[in-house]
Amino acid sequence: MAQLLLRNLTRAGNAALITKGTSSSITGAEPGSRQLHTTQACCEIRKLARLRVVDNSDLGKRAMAEGRPPRCIHVYNKRGVGLIGDKVLVAIKGQMKKGILVGLKQKQRIKQPQFDSNNLVLIDDNGSPLGTRIHVPIPTVLRTILKEKTLAKGADYTKVLAIASRYV
Amino acid sequence: MNINVRILTKSVAQQYAFKRIVTFSTKPTQQAAAAAVPQQQEVTGPTVRKPIVPAHYRFVYPEFLPDPKVEWRNAVREKLERLDMLDRRRQIELPEFYVGSILAVTSSDPHAAGKTSRFVGICIHRERCGLRARFILRNVIDHQGIEVVYELYDPTIQKVEVLRLEKRLDDSLFYLRDALPEFSTFDENMEAEPLEEGAPVPINDIKVVLRPRPWLERWERQNLLGVANIEQYIKDKHRKSAEKVQKPWEKYDLMKQYRATIPEEEQKEIFAEVHTELHTLELQRKRNKRKRTFVKPKHLA
Repeated sequence: MAQLLLRNLTRAGNAALITKGTSSSITGAEPGSRQLHTTQACCEIRKLARLRVVDNSDLGKRAMAEGRPPRCIHVYNKRGVGLIGDKVLVAIKGQMKKGILVGLKQKQRIKQPQFDSNNLVLIDDNGSPLGTRIHVPIPTVLRTILKEKTLAKGADYTKVLAIASRYV
Repeated sequence: MNINVRILTKSVAQQYAFKRIVTFSTKPTQQAAAAAVPQQQEVTGPTVRKPIVPAHYRFVYPEFLPDPKVEWRNAVREKLERLDMLDRRRQIELPEFYVGSILAVTSSDPHAAGKTSRFVGICIHRERCGLRARFILRNVIDHQGIEVVYELYDPTIQKVEVLRLEKRLDDSLFYLRDALPEFSTFDENMEAEPLEEGAPVPINDIKVVLRPRPWLERWERQNLLGVANIEQYIKDKHRKSAEKVQKPWEKYDLMKQYRATIPEEEQKEIFAEVHTELHTLELQRKRNKRKRTFVKPKHLA
């Protein structure tokens, strides 16, 4: 009985902690909460998943330096799970900003790179990036995906591609 | 009469027994097949040399051996796949490599600027067999760990180069994900380091240094040889739980081993089928290489 109860407890704990564990490698999250994990961290980008800003925008750099990485608070697609090239709304240093996912920890398709962290580039409402450079490689598929997502009169996401330093 | 009857029954029994073995049992049939094959060859032509399959073929071409899972076996499919694999190998050189070797894969990529992309990295895992054989490459580029999965027989792959041919102490190197980044950092413009012909593949006995916990997997449970500092980060409780899940008796479990592997007789059959083709391809490649190396000084001069 006690065992069963414990199992249920840990399961509930996992559900609560799943989002905390997503970006452990970059943030080096607080050791106290991490010790409670009994399962692997969830690698999907859902609400409350932590991300890593990889451009050189002032806001992003400060947030990462303080060890308070942005959290995803909404994914702009119908599934609620962010895939590569998806737009997300993040909470960063008390503000709401939009960003584009440019690298995922999740399993990827064959020949497409899988990253060790969940990378994000901050953009404004027009789709132009807040920074001027991305300091990690980004997957080449983004070129196609972002071009497809850019509509004639909407936001122009291809500006993100212009500040990339390297493709993989 | 009695004796006659006995002899008759014996001979009949022998016949039946033989038939029974042929239809139902697996191992004696293979022996019988192995015994039958040389006989046939002798009959067809004594001048034709019997193909001698080198023993290292099962390490060099592991994807030619089917998955030993009984439910997934299908002799016809396996044979067809082998033919397709040979067809692909006629088009492209798929060199010998192992987990721990450093590869450069050039593949066509419709999204890339030049329509091709090249990725250099260490092979951390090889899995699956037949046409589905695949491997994972890992590298750290601009302080960012990146992994790419490639299928060996993917028609979009243009070139597979082995930059450094070596083995590591473990069968898969997933622990590089939790190791310090310098252990999986490789230069993209690395030059290929050729090995001498006929030299055994060197084993790199480098010990990797892990980051502190939390880790992606419980490495302390996996009896890894290529990790230096696991003891530094685990506590007594981890040690105890690791001991609990150990299965030291499994190395004596012959049946398990049998089910997890393709028997030697069957391996011989499979490689006897593809050996001549693979061997001629190898010779062809070697000749081409020699030609290339011979031409080089002319270019310089």
